[in-house]
Amino acid sequence: MTTMPVKAPMAAGPAATPGRPPAADGRTRPPSSRLSYILLTAGLVLMVGPFLWMVLGSLKPPGDFLRNPPTFLPSVATTDNYSRLFDQLDFPRFFFNSTVIALAVTVGTLVFCPMLGYALAKLRWHGKRLVMGLVLATLMVPAGITLIPNFILMSNLGLVNTYPGLILPFLAGPFGVFLMRQFMLGVPNELLEAARMDGANEFKVFFSVVMPIATPVLATLAILTFLGNWNSFLYPLVMSQEPAMYTLPVALATFATSQYQADHGMLMAGSVVLVVPVLIVFVLFQRWITEGIATTGLKG
Amino acid sequence: MAGPALARRTVADAAPTASAGRGWRWRDDLVGWAFAAPFVILFLVFLAFPIVASFGLSFTSFGLRDLQNPIGATFVGLQNYADLLSDPTFWKALLNTAYFVVVGVPVTLVIGLLIANALNRGVNRFRTAFRVGYYLPVITSIVAIAVVWRFVLNPDVGLVNMLLGAAGIQGPAWLADPALAMPSIIAMAVWRNLGFAMIVFLAGLQSIPGVLYEAASIDGAGRWQAFRFVTLPMLRPTILFMTVITTIGYLQLFEEPFVMTDGGPLDATLSVTMYMYREGFTFFHQGYASAIAYVLFVIVAFVAFLQFKFLRSDA
Repeated sequence: MTTMPVKAPMAAGPAATPGRPPAADGRTRPPSSRLSYILLTAGLVLMVGPFLWMVLGSLKPPGDFLRNPPTFLPSVATTDNYSRLFDQLDFPRFFFNSTVIALAVTVGTLVFCPMLGYALAKLRWHGKRLVMGLVLATLMVPAGITLIPNFILMSNLGLVNTYPGLILPFLAGPFGVFLMRQFMLGVPNELLEAARMDGANEFKVFFSVVMPIATPVLATLAILTFLGNWNSFLYPLVMSQEPAMYTLPVALATFATSQYQADHGMLMAGSVVLVVPVLIVFVLFQRWITEGIATTGLKG
Repeated sequence: MAGPALARRTVADAAPTASAGRGWRWRDDLVGWAFAAPFVILFLVFLAFPIVASFGLSFTSFGLRDLQNPIGATFVGLQNYADLLSDPTFWKALLNTAYFVVVGVPVTLVIGLLIANALNRGVNRFRTAFRVGYYLPVITSIVAIAVVWRFVLNPDVGLVNMLLGAAGIQGPAWLADPALAMPSIIAMAVWRNLGFAMIVFLAGLQSIPGVLYEAASIDGAGRWQAFRFVTLPMLRPTILFMTVITTIGYLQLFEEPFVMTDGGPLDATLSVTMYMYREGFTFFHQGYASAIAYVLFVIVAFVAFLQFKFLRSDA
């Protein structure tokens, strides 16, 4: 992080840079840093602008959307849009569906992926290579390819429009296995041997020795899995044919492309409901997320 | 979970097992598979089998009436693939997706790299604030973002045209104009994904030893030269990796046109995945849709293969 304060002030000799004036205080801060601040701040405004527009839009009364030219701030802040979401439409139900599905997938992933990751990294068994090759080979398979067969399968199992139908397929995410195996490879064998010497069997070793030291990776995996499933769209869109099983993204997209499509206030309120839980998770755990992504280079 | 009971039992029979020698290997397999089985079963049923089944389906005329009896679907050989070749809508979708990838990927990566570089070299304070701000859209639902951007780009009540109007410019109908709809969607995708590129590039930049920059500066290199001759070469593997990851992601374009334009106007934003969804779940031509999915799969696999090739020659 702080690799910049370079320890060679003498290297900042004037002869080094004939074209431009030498930096004021040695090398710690490159000369154009003010420009960096200005550009980064301008960019930040562009990044945050649409979110602000969303929140302000969700607070506007219907009359504000007929104004020409439109205004940035609501004429009066109102929570009517939110009341309509929760009273007239079934948003509490959608919120509940999204929460149940994302949590169930996260819990399952936190058990199954570390188990296989451990078996791949630390145990000797026949078929290990084959399993690893299969899992790694599917790491980049597009989601669309499994959509139709899974829909047919779920139809025949009677699982369309059910929670298992929306949860089970996501428990087979190869990313979690990849992440956990990478971590398990770094766990010292001596630690495992010591526990085995003390008479612990593999399950005991796994649950009371390996899992506790895996907490940071598990946290990253948990957050990425939760976010990925909270935001997931294509699969739930297909697998929830009845409004009672809609998740928040499916509900929002359905309303946005139906008779409500000009109801900007309500759609912005719906977006806020979909986005805010994620923002809270992100702000609380941003270190886990960005570090997890930077080290693995993959999205959840 | 069930710890003590399990442990006690094992202590008891661990000793004979260790000395038995012959049953040892068999026991290893049992333990290994016990750990692997839960995931492997789910994996086989819901991922591996569907990938194979999808291939099979693409040779059938599977439709709504086959849903209750999938095995009875009519085999049509290569008919679906032949139809695809002469389907102008499919070519349009393929071309649109290529447009989205070819323009969107470089723009996303260049801006992401510039921001990462500015954060790494030009800024000492507020780093976390910048990082969080730029990363925010990445973790946000694409559906929510698409709904918000549709509103931002609304010709009458949108933010963009409001700002243009304040500057005395009459803004266009961004998403209703066939020439502007895809660029608008690209702009949104860049906005959403540059934070991801930034985070990965930032990690790459921080792993470049500071000594190299010292050496460059002793040799008289300015900021641009340091970037050109130190940063870029050192970052080559990261750039390649990001190119592949972003390309694979962008090839699967779906939510943005689904919410913002429904593929229009005049199919100008219809993507391959959207066309697959439309054929498969609006018209229930699931055999044909599977062929579309497989074409996309082959393209993605090819890109992934290129990564292997490049990265290997690079290492």
